[in-house]
Amino acid sequence: MTNVAVPLEGQQHSLHAHAHDALASGTTHAKGQQHPIKLYLVVWAWLFVLSTCSYLVDYFGFQGYLRWSLILLFMVLKAGLIVAVFMHMAWERLAFAYAILLPPLLVLVFVSIMVFESDYTHLLRAVFFAQTS
Amino acid sequence: MTDAVLTSTLEPPARATGWRGIAADWSSDQRAFKNVSWGKAMMWIFLLSDTFIFSCFLLSYMTARMSTTVPWPNPSEVFALRIGDKEIPLILIAIMTFILISSSGTMAMAVNFGYRRDRVKTAALMFVTAAFGATFVGMQALEWTKLIMEGVRPWGNPWGAEQFGASFFMITGFHGTHVTIGVIFLLVIARKVLRGDFDVGRRGFFTSRTGHYEIVEITGLYWHFVDLVWVFIFALFYLW
Repeated sequence: MTNVAVPLEGQQHSLHAHAHDALASGTTHAKGQQHPIKLYLVVWAWLFVLSTCSYLVDYFGFQGYLRWSLILLFMVLKAGLIVAVFMHMAWERLAFAYAILLPPLLVLVFVSIMVFESDYTHLLRAVFFAQTS
Repeated sequence: MTDAVLTSTLEPPARATGWRGIAADWSSDQRAFKNVSWGKAMMWIFLLSDTFIFSCFLLSYMTARMSTTVPWPNPSEVFALRIGDKEIPLILIAIMTFILISSSGTMAMAVNFGYRRDRVKTAALMFVTAAFGATFVGMQALEWTKLIMEGVRPWGNPWGAEQFGASFFMITGFHGTHVTIGVIFLLVIARKVLRGDFDVGRRGFFTSRTGHYEIVEITGLYWHFVDLVWVFIFALFYLW
């Protein structure tokens, strides 16, 4: 089984160009995900920068739509970096990436349903349970 | 076995990429995930199911927060910490975030050294990752203690909407459990790596099967997922 799999390794070369340098410098021929350490350090630094930015959003006390859009922007960028580089999704075949990444996106449908639902609940509470004193 | 030898002497056919690749992989015989081992695929599918669990927690938090007519406690003030004589907002949570990101960085490098079969460096980086994870859980315990002392309960708190406590304990508690399990998982695999199990083909005591260095990447997938979930909790619960 593993023998069969070996020639299939590292076939999609779109993002794999730099991986061969790492392979060559390795002591033995290693299969699997091989990328230079520098790439991980760069991503690590970016995650630090983005986390600092999202913390500063709170520190400077931005409010309203500016706050929410900045929070979501930094969140999506961080999540994207982690999934794409640390979890190696950028180098997987598309058939696999789509199978894993599309289903969570459908949660957004659930989110929109619950937004309507909670707006409705809020309306009912405001109309029928308002403080009367 | 003979089949395998025969196959490996043939030039593998070039695989299509892009949309044609997706159609070809999914309509092909035998398996859709061409170069992903079953272990890695199953970890990803488990993480997908875990994504839905955390999505449901965050969604129920969103629903509670949007539908209550009572003002939501301001997390910036609730999680502020007094250092010296200055009140710094969210500082403990920010430090926890940096610790978890650092643990992800060391884990990514452990995977790299694992595939180079450098067992000492791999194990060392995994132990560092586990230490970061344990620190994170410790700081979370500190945060829970502080909030419980201040009177936060799942059914109420001194500052506003009652659902705040229930959402907080449920979401961070479940995430903390994941971090704890991850630390145990890391320690178990790091011990195997350090002992050289994957170099000499030693069989696992539970499965009686030999493992290989890919398990480091699979452990890493779980660990990065824990970090990923924290990104969403940090943004949606603490910062919103």
